[in-house]
Amino acid sequence: MSAIAFPAPDLSIIRRRPEILAGLAALVPAEALITAEDELRPYESDALTAFRKMPLAVVLPSTTEEVAAVLKFCSQAGVPVVPRGAGTSLVGGSTPQEDAVVIGVAKMSRILDIDYANRTARVQAGVTNLAITGAVQAEGFFYAPDPSSQLACSIGGNIAMNSGGAHCLKYGVTTNNILGLKLVLLNGDVVEIGGDHLDMPGFDMLGLLIGSEGQLGIVTEATVRILRSAEGARPVLFGFPKPELAGEAVAAIIGAGIIPVAMEYMDKMAIAICEDFAKAGYPMDAEALLIIEVEGSEQEMDDQLVRIIEIAKRHGVTTVRESKSAMETAAIWKGRKSAFGATGKIADYICMDGTIPTGQLPYVLKRIDELVTHYGLRVANVFHAGDGNLHPLVLYDISDPVERQKAEDCGLDILRLCVEVGGCLTGEHGVGVEKRDLMTVQFNKADLDQQMRVRAVFDPAWLLNPAKVFPLEGRIAA
Amino acid sequence: MTLFTPTSEAEAAQLVADLALTGKPVTIQGGATRAGFGRPIQTEATISTKAISGITLHEPAELVIAARGGTTVAEIEAVLAAKNQMLPFEPMDHRALFGTSGEPTIGGVVAGNHSGPRRIQAGACRDSLIGVRLVNGRGEAIKSGGRVMKNVTGLDLAKLVTGSWGTLGLLTEVTFKVLPRPERSLTLLIKNLDDARAAAALSAALGSPFEPTAAAHLPAGLSRPVARTILRLEGFSVSLEYRIAQLRALLAGYGEIIVLEGEDSSGLWRGIRDVEFLAAPEDAAIWRISTAPTRAPGMVAGIAAAVPRARWFYDWGGGLVWLAVPPGGDAAATTVRAAVATAGGHATLVRGPREVRASIDVFQPLGALAAVTGGIKTSFDPGRIFEPGRMYAGV
Repeated sequence: MSAIAFPAPDLSIIRRRPEILAGLAALVPAEALITAEDELRPYESDALTAFRKMPLAVVLPSTTEEVAAVLKFCSQAGVPVVPRGAGTSLVGGSTPQEDAVVIGVAKMSRILDIDYANRTARVQAGVTNLAITGAVQAEGFFYAPDPSSQLACSIGGNIAMNSGGAHCLKYGVTTNNILGLKLVLLNGDVVEIGGDHLDMPGFDMLGLLIGSEGQLGIVTEATVRILRSAEGARPVLFGFPKPELAGEAVAAIIGAGIIPVAMEYMDKMAIAICEDFAKAGYPMDAEALLIIEVEGSEQEMDDQLVRIIEIAKRHGVTTVRESKSAMETAAIWKGRKSAFGATGKIADYICMDGTIPTGQLPYVLKRIDELVTHYGLRVANVFHAGDGNLHPLVLYDISDPVERQKAEDCGLDILRLCVEVGGCLTGEHGVGVEKRDLMTVQFNKADLDQQMRVRAVFDPAWLLNPAKVFPLEGRIAA
Repeated sequence: MTLFTPTSEAEAAQLVADLALTGKPVTIQGGATRAGFGRPIQTEATISTKAISGITLHEPAELVIAARGGTTVAEIEAVLAAKNQMLPFEPMDHRALFGTSGEPTIGGVVAGNHSGPRRIQAGACRDSLIGVRLVNGRGEAIKSGGRVMKNVTGLDLAKLVTGSWGTLGLLTEVTFKVLPRPERSLTLLIKNLDDARAAAALSAALGSPFEPTAAAHLPAGLSRPVARTILRLEGFSVSLEYRIAQLRALLAGYGEIIVLEGEDSSGLWRGIRDVEFLAAPEDAAIWRISTAPTRAPGMVAGIAAAVPRARWFYDWGGGLVWLAVPPGGDAAATTVRAAVATAGGHATLVRGPREVRASIDVFQPLGALAAVTGGIKTSFDPGRIFEPGRMYAGV
């Protein structure tokens, strides 16, 4: 993806760096402003480490007022801004640029209010995803969206990307679980969107803001829905001798009116990588593995599992193994959620995130296999089977430029395939830098122009996270 | 008054492009069952979506259905029912409230983000909607989202246009994720609770692991002399027996639990969904207020103290208040707006005399979001030809 261009840095801004730093220094405490090269280094990329750019400065505000002051200053000075949560984006959502100021919300990490009776919590944008659940689990509650990076990723970043997770088949993604936002607009105005009630009046700006990848403003607070946890949850491993049998079993389970809380798929390569890492007891002889989780009382889980196992048997399942303890459950999920990290230990990889209609699964798996073979590469497939959100991990060697180029081309071909069969480029990671230039595969000019016109209402001069989401060609400002 | 009935998206796009040249405002009409909603506006032209109709995709195993904007809700629900599926959000039917007869269309449902009792558990219309096609005010056919249920590619314009009442565009196709119909559905009823106790009972149930899919309170005197606090449980039969027992224990302090099933149960929820309990007298003004459930009874008590003959009930675990008031004066707008400002949330005058709707804010005032709202309107419809002023003056 080294081929993806950034806008040329504005040298006039870089020349003004001293006065810009002085201006920022007047707005925030000294410890909130990072300007030294060695201290800027950790901010030069996010989890998409193929892209590294040194920003002009990093600001880490502690309050909404500070965010507002910095945004107002940057907009008046014509300086681009790159918002940042915890820096875990897999698509370069917070990759800086040389002429931009990074505004990171990581210091704003307080839980402000928990309202169990109304099942909401008000939190600052820098709080981690898992910390919200951590704050309410003693009372039996949780925050539902659970991206694999949930230990580190911030709710602000989740909002920017509309993050999903393994359990969204039942509980939805970020946009289905947020009731209110405090948003700082580019001019420094602070607006409240929604609140602690259901649905917002007027146009659905919550829906617009969530997933807008830091291009419409910076969120500093959110009111999230918290849900009461089920009495119990039990993941069960189903090993299949053929990938298509696993795919058919998923369709049959849904067809029988059963919506398990999670249905995760791994292929043989992913099974081997994750088992080696997590020792979760995954069936090493299976060509495909489904992790299906059911919830409820013991009796309810038993009842659901009888139905699911019966269907799996009809589709040739060879291994069925229920978690028998909390430790086993933790290991099963650790393996799945560590899939990217564990893969990173054996090879470099490119992680794709397209979604496909689940009926296309057998065809798409076959085509991915052919594409990867064509490029002479290997792939590990993990995905959310219930909703068709694929994560093929294309393995390569980053020190080999030819192989790296092949891996990038292969990844792009896989995403084109997803769109071709009726799906989309990204199910939960976002567009960022990585898929920016593929947007024209999924959208035509009128579609993209409408999006950009809406964007322009918030940022006509393209100062907010400008290198992302929309192809550099054909941009419109108003 | 000219009525246009385009038969395809392409025809609709050409028509809108032509109208945009003349700058003539248009009303968009589906089944016209909600014609009395919003600020009264007069347009020279109406575009009917009636002929842009038909189900375009139904993949039961993928839990997805797509239909053109003018397709009737009845047709979609019948097709889903045949595969034992349903729209998760229980779209409200406004015919009882408005005394209208036509057939509600799916485009109209999306335009109003109409969601019923299951909204608390399965989300609103906007949460089930995964894709739209629409014609914007430039006469361009555009899409957002698609047919897969996890999709974060680009700005989510599908949600933005949901609930925009046709002011941003003419919906030509909408795509939803759907759910299997539950094997069994039943209602738990507790009698004689006052509003505050009812809110506490509903909150306890919704904060339990037993997942009610609807929770409402009908105060005394609303079609029955006694107050009824109700919870709906849906799922597999074995599971429901267990949950009934658990909820009986959890709610023991609130009174005896009676189990209703069949039409006794489903009829009750249909009545709540469609606000049948407040439909008569037909001249009463009807407000719809969304707030935090625990603050709703206090807010309502304040309104009731100031407005004689107010009647109301609660849906969405207590957070959605349907309020009927006498239609005179400003239809209690000043009182309602002040009460909502204190409690937090938003209020809409769903039904009211034309002259009242012309003189007060029908939708919740936008406050600090007015400028951005105007900008978004311009971005879709620069000539302001779609339903100008239906929601807000100038939008």
